[in-house]
Amino acid sequence: MNIRAFAAALAATAVLPLGLAKAADLEVTHWWTSGGEAAAVAEFAKAFDATGNKWVDGAIAGGGSTARPIMISRITGGDPMGATQFNHGRQAQELVEAGLMRDLTAVAEKGKWKEVIKPASLLESCTIDGKIYCVPVNIHSWQWLWLNNEAFEKAGVPVPKDWNEFVAAGPKLKEAGIHPLALGGQPWQANGLFDTLLLALGGKELHEKVYVEKDAESAAGPEVKKIFDAAAQARELSIGTNVQDWNQATNMVITGKAAGQVMGDWAQGEFQIAGKVAGKDYSCLPGLGVSQYITTGGDAFYFPVLEDEEGSKAQDALAEVLVAPETQVAFNLKKGSLPIRGDVDLATANDCMKKGLEIVAQGNALTSTDQLLSPDSQSQKQDLMTEFFSSTSMTPEAAQERFAEIISSAD
Amino acid sequence: MTGHAPAKRPNQLFRNLTAKIASIPMILIALGIFLGGSLWTVVYSFTNSKLLPRASFVGFDQFERLWSSSRWIISIQNLAIYGILSLIFSMVIGFLLAALMDQKIRFENTFRTIFLYPFALSFIVTGLVWQWILNPEFGIQGIVRSLGWESFSFDPLYNADIVIYGILIAGLWQGTGLVMCLMLAGLRGIDEDIWKAARVDGIPMWRTYLFIVIPMMRPVFITTLVIIASGIVKVYDLVVAQTSGGPGNASEVPAKYVYDYMFQAQNLGQGFAASTMMLLTVAIIIIPWAYLEFGGKKRG
Amino acid sequence: MANISTLNTTAAGFDAVSDQVASGPRGRKPRRTLSPRNIMLYGTLFVFALYYLLPLYVMVVTSLKGMPEVRMGNIFSPPMEITFEPWVKAWAEACTGLNCDGLSRGFWNSVRILVPSVVVSIAVASVSGYALANWRFKGSEFYFSILIIGAFIPYQVMLYPVVIALREIGVYGTLTGLVIVHTIFGMPILTLLFRNYFASLPVELFKAARIDGAGFWQIYFRIMLPMSLPIFVVAMILQVTGIWNDFLFGVVFTRPDVYPMTVQLNNIVNSVQGVKEYNVNMAATLLTGAVPLIVYFLSGRLFVRGIAAGAVKG
Repeated sequence: MNIRAFAAALAATAVLPLGLAKAADLEVTHWWTSGGEAAAVAEFAKAFDATGNKWVDGAIAGGGSTARPIMISRITGGDPMGATQFNHGRQAQELVEAGLMRDLTAVAEKGKWKEVIKPASLLESCTIDGKIYCVPVNIHSWQWLWLNNEAFEKAGVPVPKDWNEFVAAGPKLKEAGIHPLALGGQPWQANGLFDTLLLALGGKELHEKVYVEKDAESAAGPEVKKIFDAAAQARELSIGTNVQDWNQATNMVITGKAAGQVMGDWAQGEFQIAGKVAGKDYSCLPGLGVSQYITTGGDAFYFPVLEDEEGSKAQDALAEVLVAPETQVAFNLKKGSLPIRGDVDLATANDCMKKGLEIVAQGNALTSTDQLLSPDSQSQKQDLMTEFFSSTSMTPEAAQERFAEIISSAD
Repeated sequence: MTGHAPAKRPNQLFRNLTAKIASIPMILIALGIFLGGSLWTVVYSFTNSKLLPRASFVGFDQFERLWSSSRWIISIQNLAIYGILSLIFSMVIGFLLAALMDQKIRFENTFRTIFLYPFALSFIVTGLVWQWILNPEFGIQGIVRSLGWESFSFDPLYNADIVIYGILIAGLWQGTGLVMCLMLAGLRGIDEDIWKAARVDGIPMWRTYLFIVIPMMRPVFITTLVIIASGIVKVYDLVVAQTSGGPGNASEVPAKYVYDYMFQAQNLGQGFAASTMMLLTVAIIIIPWAYLEFGGKKRG
Repeated sequence: MANISTLNTTAAGFDAVSDQVASGPRGRKPRRTLSPRNIMLYGTLFVFALYYLLPLYVMVVTSLKGMPEVRMGNIFSPPMEITFEPWVKAWAEACTGLNCDGLSRGFWNSVRILVPSVVVSIAVASVSGYALANWRFKGSEFYFSILIIGAFIPYQVMLYPVVIALREIGVYGTLTGLVIVHTIFGMPILTLLFRNYFASLPVELFKAARIDGAGFWQIYFRIMLPMSLPIFVVAMILQVTGIWNDFLFGVVFTRPDVYPMTVQLNNIVNSVQGVKEYNVNMAATLLTGAVPLIVYFLSGRLFVRGIAAGAVKG
């Protein structure tokens, strides 16, 4: 190495800033990389490019935990992307409070978001101090039981109509060499399964008592005890499904290695890509077939404050595009989620999506735990659930005790 | 380094100035980043910072919560098991391989390349490959079973009791090659006269290694120790790639706890508290040693 | 374990004296006998070699299979039908979100990040190591101790302070910023190696140069550098490996159009489209690892020699 080379290298680093964005290029970061997800994002990009701007895709695989530090570092480091996916609710609040996120109220008023976005709670979770800071793009609900019809045929039992029948079919399925319940190893899956059991078997009131009021007494009470007993049953049924990712677990159901999976409506996208037909090849039971409630959470896009005007204009254009009826339909059909507006025609939606739409239309959509609890409390709950579902040595009683503790200190 | 530093010269300050100026980047990095960053972390571990660092202090709350978290306790235990075994095995295997390689063998280059190449692969890759080889369905267990030994069971990644050993197998695969190289280098640095003398005295080979050669290789062992130990404390990617901390939380490690609480749970305070504990442990071990090793010692 | 004759054979091997340090195997040519000693020696080495090679074998074999064959199960069986499709897919077609041009997209970005980062980090660390070894000043050992402790701090913990520091000096999001980050995190181990290496060079050389009136930089460039090829090779290998394999900084401190190859690797490996495409994953893995692997194969011998010099003389 000589000095000249060193100096040249230094000089090169000084004059080559990484990636100078052109005027109307907008970098969008997100963590949608599975098959169905990527196809859905492509719809956004297509619609946005049609406005004359350019979507620069910044996909980062590995889910929110991989992508989020990158996004936050970029925003706090003063080199923000044009737009970024974030679970709305409590996660981005601090970034908004720090003045790092763009106020979209003007765009929202122009597009009459307050009137078209249903349920209203979606926009509410984007609103801080009366101003709108994010664009909800879809509604996801957790409370679905996905079943492979063929697997039940093979085991010689009718396809269950609700959770209890499903549990009863467990032994027969095992005899036929089929895993009754597929459950991936990622902690959030165990957590979601528990919350689903709580709402489906415990009902709306219990859900609100525990997660809205954060009532430690109910969390320690007999009704939640029943949920933990049910969770222990689910644990029993899921033994031996050694996969990590949620879609690998879904794939077990698709291929008939497992009979069922409790997973959010995004699992739908995987069935679709595999060419399966709802009602014929697989069944879906919202609310686990027991109750007709679902919780609505979802994904949203945030727009960091940009310094250049062109970029800000492109941001406005993107915000409009995301909410537009055509993009909503195209995106959500691919993603398997529900659109955020009630005024779109989803004639092409399949059986399962229609069931979901009906529940939302009836007003039986509740706020999801992701919005009710802080990410911190959710993480503690996740730690507990993943421990509980992976080790049969942990009794429901012991788990409930810790659960009540978490709820009592939850925020 | 008294031998080098010209003592009591009138222009000493001026002459040392160049060295000091040349050391500015190092000093800035040491003070500004490593010391400053650590202090910053420690200070903010006493706050209830969530998504963004915020100076609202809550005393020892974060630490109380940390030590009452069963996941943290498991993480510490795992790191202890992994760390101790990893240190012992990589030192022993590394030294053994190096000693074998030092026997004037043929194909030394080939063997060395074979032992060293895993080091070129990132932990993400290492974790992925071993996750697959240890997969009970189509990895080793599946193969042995298909050969007729139906009851054979080897599924470390899916058995909470032994999962940390599954990670250890992969970690050793990736890291021992470098240790072997360091040890080999150390052995090659031993003066041939030592061996001669030992042989003249009739000392058996294993004793020569154990009581003469190894003590002479102290600097190599120290460099190796720093490299291995710093890798152990930081172990994160390997666990994420192989098990994501599972099954359940059976293979959690402290670095992952820190990372998850900082970015997943968005509780910076908790993540900083955990990293403060890690820093504290490292400092308690390193500072006295570093002082003895690098500070007080004079060399000519 | 050893009988007398084995010991004698072994000891005899050490007869030949070589004054050179770490210049390869010493002594006479190996005996080509099938003695018990040799059987044990090569047997042990062979068994270990198998352990190390097994994963590579699995990776190569899998990357040459089609998905149907991979799914059939036996990961150790050679491919029945060799296909290069996974390689093509990994290099040019695998998707990350909307970009379906595989690893090829990141290759040159990685090179662009790698070259200045390696050069600058090694330059800074070697000068620091030289100052620490030969020009100690008040507090220099204190700074060095801090650096050694720094080697134990998980990168993730330092992420925010580093982001803030870079933002404050206005280089966040630039290649300069990324080079600084790699320099920072390469410092501890590199400085340790350089310091030990320079300390091991004969003191007389340094003294003579000082008497001739040579200064800090003159001695560094005229005397130290020319004698230090091995340790520079070691540093280069460590840095090439570390920087090439880095994911976290590459993604935090850059933008999508300049993401390094590891980001695509992460995205290929972590995006599951239905079934995990293990064959593509393995091909992508091998392709990404190719650069450091080639560096190893080309410089393996220098590596050991350099480490010997850097690590032995503490």
